[in-house]
Amino acid sequence: MKYDYKLYEPSWCPGCGNYMIRTALKQALEELELEPHEVVLSSGIGQAAKMPHYIKVNGFNGLHGRALPPAIGIKMANKNLKVIVESGDGDTYGEGGNHFIHTIRRNIDIAHFVHDNQIYGLTKGQASPTTAMGQKTTLQFDGVKVEPLQPLALALTMGAGFVARGFSGDIPHLVEIMKEAINYKGYALVDIFQPCVVWNKVNTFAWYKERIYHLPEDYDYTNKEKAFEKATEFGDKIPIGILYKVEKETYEDKFQFIKNGEPLVDRKLNPMDAEKLMKNFY
Amino acid sequence: MDYSILVGGEAGQGMDTFAHILEKTLKRCGFYVFTHSDYMSRVRGGHNFFYIRFSDKPIYSYSLKVDVVFGLNDESVRLHSPKLKEEGIIIADKEIARDSKIVHLPLMDTARDLKNSRVFTTIGLGAILKYFGLSLKSSEEIIEEEFKEEIATINIKALYAGYEMVNRKYDIETLEDKNILIDGNQAVGLGAIAAGCKFYCGYPMTPSTGVLNFIAAHADEMEIAVDQVEDEVAALNMALGASYAGVRAMTGSSGGGFALMVEALSLAGIIEVPVVLINVQRPGPATGFPTRTEQGDLRFMIHAGHGEFPRMVIALRNPEDAFYQTARAFNLAEKYQIPVLLVSDQYLADCRTTTKPFDFNKIEIERYISGAEAITDKEYKRYKITENGISPRILPGKVPGQVVLIDSDEHDEWGHITESDEIRTKMVDKRMKKLEGLKSEVQEPWIIGDEEPENLIVCWGSTYGAVKEAVDSLREEDVSIGALVFGDIWPFPTERLLKMGKGAKKIIDIEQNATAQLDSLIREEALIKSTEKILKYDGRPFSGDELYARLKEVL
Repeated sequence: MKYDYKLYEPSWCPGCGNYMIRTALKQALEELELEPHEVVLSSGIGQAAKMPHYIKVNGFNGLHGRALPPAIGIKMANKNLKVIVESGDGDTYGEGGNHFIHTIRRNIDIAHFVHDNQIYGLTKGQASPTTAMGQKTTLQFDGVKVEPLQPLALALTMGAGFVARGFSGDIPHLVEIMKEAINYKGYALVDIFQPCVVWNKVNTFAWYKERIYHLPEDYDYTNKEKAFEKATEFGDKIPIGILYKVEKETYEDKFQFIKNGEPLVDRKLNPMDAEKLMKNFY
Repeated sequence: MDYSILVGGEAGQGMDTFAHILEKTLKRCGFYVFTHSDYMSRVRGGHNFFYIRFSDKPIYSYSLKVDVVFGLNDESVRLHSPKLKEEGIIIADKEIARDSKIVHLPLMDTARDLKNSRVFTTIGLGAILKYFGLSLKSSEEIIEEEFKEEIATINIKALYAGYEMVNRKYDIETLEDKNILIDGNQAVGLGAIAAGCKFYCGYPMTPSTGVLNFIAAHADEMEIAVDQVEDEVAALNMALGASYAGVRAMTGSSGGGFALMVEALSLAGIIEVPVVLINVQRPGPATGFPTRTEQGDLRFMIHAGHGEFPRMVIALRNPEDAFYQTARAFNLAEKYQIPVLLVSDQYLADCRTTTKPFDFNKIEIERYISGAEAITDKEYKRYKITENGISPRILPGKVPGQVVLIDSDEHDEWGHITESDEIRTKMVDKRMKKLEGLKSEVQEPWIIGDEEPENLIVCWGSTYGAVKEAVDSLREEDVSIGALVFGDIWPFPTERLLKMGKGAKKIIDIEQNATAQLDSLIREEALIKSTEKILKYDGRPFSGDELYARLKEVL
């Protein structure tokens, strides 16, 4: 497959949900007929954030929590690139929480796939922002004492135009969501449940399998109140699918010279163009 | 001729507008002008003041002795009357406290008659211009250019009213206006735009905000994407994203904001993505002295970032230097694929100086970006090991079939994570090799005064102006003195220093910090030790006359 690096094999644990997410992403890119050089994957640090090494597209594997800011810079510089951000729950909702909030506000055209295993993997089993209250971990021996962050509800509150949830154990469904997110013009959040086979003994494959259900065919994804209801449904039943999707003007389109011109990266640079600004100083 | 006017009052009393019109008027009359503002970290109230100095000969600093104090309140008169020269006067409203030197004028009454109390500073302006024997023509033009018609009309009336209130003391001949009047932040912004910067992001922080403001003000016209980021952590990461995708990108802040960028500075080092950033220094630690000046971040700029990686650090010496060095920074960043750090400070940022118009023909844009010809193996190697450490750079999306992978982990030539000891060593060597090339780019410090002096001054950045005036004055007294003013700070240039240091009896280190950071760098890099130090860290800049006096003490 054109997205494969032959020599580089994932360092993920056997049975990790990341493998399924990778399979889904490759399939989504294939079905969207995107060439490797047309796509950029931006990621932070963590097991999920290693994705740019295992899918052959352009990759910006940056700092922990900082997957979003470079993605914004990339999109502003070259609007023709398809920009996808892949990182984990710790990277996105913890270390990068501020960027998460403000990227939603911008509504820049990027697809954001969060591998949410509700635990820290690479640092060995501590609670993540989405770990349930009371859950015992390798650090929170007597249970987590803080409320979990609710990413989908938060995104809806901040005005995100595309909010979805997927499950690594349901690849065909995930592929469809990913394709929709990549094609969505604006910021698209997909929170993807992904069992951590080593550190999370609560939210296992079976745990998710028992609870998740597909949103019904007649679900109205333009209804924000309904979306809130579904975003906070997190108990015996957990819905997956596109919870909310509406059209919104993108950040980059608010810059007329970006919207109506060629990508900034293709502009000819000439120092003499700036000489006219000297008039301010005479 | 060499005159200074000081205007002081509360924030919000209209001093900025007064100073702006006055300095521009003096510039248009053909004089050399130097404006230094002293302001507090507040929006209204407090006590702020401007020094506006002008001369028919080039000037490089403000002067502590003034000819006119224009006091907008009692406090200004009280604080600044000691700064008056023997023949100096104070201009103030008739309600303001007594002082034998005060020329009381009915400023507020006249402003009320004109039905706009805000024009009382314009009335003062008219009086000051008359005092120096200057016509109102230039001021009228400036007011008409910059104000709405209704406001312009009333201000011009105010100008004339003030003109009638005092007698002419001087009769100054105007000269031909050949210069621009610009501050350090604007010059940096203009340099960045001239160099083709297409992405600038930042979080407002005094005194660096002027750079962000200037670029934002021209963003639509010049087609530059400007982003006010959520925090400085985002700023440098975002600029790196934009640069990776292929545009010239820059960010800037002051000490505390730069501190937040440090992790991403280290990122720039390992991913080898070019970026330009500026630290407009203010006194720290922490929030420190927000609206004051200091050169306390020299060592911080050189060492910031975990791990070892090459960088270039350039200190800016005056607005002209700021313009050309900012443009140069973009070329160096792209040539060596490194972060280039510009260092300014509040004093340079806010001082407005008459300067020879910038020559845009001198700016060259050199991108060092490759295309398909860079693909010598089947797959593009972003970190190909080369002789000089610089790997051919292609842009994502620009070479079909090839991808660009960059990684904050240690990586192999393709950009993939590695755990190999052998590759690690090779990659460190590759990155550090760029420092050798950089050393050949380094510019020697400027020389002021004697080239073989008995007394050698070493200094850097914005102290240039005050040092220049002090050295010029001392040489008029036949003192053998010369100065080296460092611009390029890292890699550190030593040629001139070694040559001039050898013959000097005294080496005097002049810095606006408490720990003599340049002095320690000189010891480290050139094994030369200063004999005297003149340090100032009260948040206020050296003036030429102040430095002259302090040099007298050590010579």
